[in-house]
Amino acid sequence: MSFLNNYIYYIGAFGLILIGLYIILVKHNLIKVIIGLGILDTGVNLFLISVGYITKGTAPIFSKPGIDSERMVDPVPQALVLTAIVIGVAVLALALSLAIRLYQHYRTLNLRKIREQRW
Amino acid sequence: MRRVISILLLIIVALGIRLSLTKIPFGTPKTKVGRYYIEEGIEETGAVNIVTSVVVSYRGFDTLGEVTILFIAAIGLGAVLSTVGEKTVREIEPASLVLYTGCRLLFPLILIFGTYIFIHGHLTPGGGFQGGAIIASGFLLIYLGCRERRISRVASNLAESLGGLAFVVIGLLGLVFGGYFLLNFLPKGTANTLFSAGIIPIIYIAIGFKVGSELAGIIDNLIEES
Amino acid sequence: MIFVVSFLVVLMLVGAVAASIFRDLISAVIAAALVSLIASILFYFLQAPDVAMAEAAIGAALTAAIFIIAIRRTKRYEE
Repeated sequence: MSFLNNYIYYIGAFGLILIGLYIILVKHNLIKVIIGLGILDTGVNLFLISVGYITKGTAPIFSKPGIDSERMVDPVPQALVLTAIVIGVAVLALALSLAIRLYQHYRTLNLRKIREQRW
Repeated sequence: MRRVISILLLIIVALGIRLSLTKIPFGTPKTKVGRYYIEEGIEETGAVNIVTSVVVSYRGFDTLGEVTILFIAAIGLGAVLSTVGEKTVREIEPASLVLYTGCRLLFPLILIFGTYIFIHGHLTPGGGFQGGAIIASGFLLIYLGCRERRISRVASNLAESLGGLAFVVIGLLGLVFGGYFLLNFLPKGTANTLFSAGIIPIIYIAIGFKVGSELAGIIDNLIEES
Repeated sequence: MIFVVSFLVVLMLVGAVAASIFRDLISAVIAAALVSLIASILFYFLQAPDVAMAEAAIGAALTAAIFIIAIRRTKRYEE
């Protein structure tokens, strides 16, 4: 039980990374591969935030002037993940525009058939 | 065959992550830079929200890089999707009366809420990126509810360019007045009030306009000839 | 408290597995949006309100919207 208490967030992030990698490696459809990329992104962000957590900590905001600052969580991973979320959505939008263009040229989104049609 | 190799690869990755995760304990403080930012944050920058002061003031150059990446993605999407040959004009059926009236009622409220979030970025949780995403959701509601309206391209491009330009100009003014790029040259004021923290609210307003009009422009490019 | 977090993590993993199994692509997108929403709740439990707000606005709403618009311009069913 104490093992679960300590590592439940790591198990969740770890599971999402593995499922995202499985979708990217095995599936044929291009849009499903892009969905897998999005899930992988979410897993990595969850892992980064759970590394910076301190047990029984509070959020790093001084809402009243005299709050005790001894047990605040680390603010640096939160700044990194804020940037990473916005970059993730930008990459997904660009990948989807390339998928639309590919569909208009080859009339299919199956990666095997596209690879065969080139030769 | 391909499935067997990929499952083998996943097992190797899983073992590697498992062996290294036991060396990272959960819930203990790990770095010392975080403590420095928490303890010296209010005196040096004046912002009460420590994550905002890290994103805009201590690591402001990384935020400039990230705004550039978003700009490149929006331009790339517009360039790839504009070389399409076929233009099928589809009949747009109007939405029902409840949806039409509800969307027109909700749109100014969503805009005010997004503006509130990025103006108070240095006092409460929030900031430019969150407020910009909420403004883009308001524009998405217009595309789904009142279906024949479109945002004017000129206004959207103007807002985006002015936002990015304002960020770089404020950084260069810091170079002129002080010694280095993105120096905090306005007075810091008393903490916990609206007009405090030097240039941080001004940069977040610029970022909020830029991100909001950029994401709305991405949705407009995708919907265009559909 | 620990049971609530365990239940949410199990629901998140079930949603991710469902996103890989469904053949209708719009159902897979909605499962991915569920994963994003539960990740936003877990960010709040890890004392990070800025990141929770960003993930809920960007990951759960805008990502699902641009996926559905892109699927509408291509095929709906995986073959």
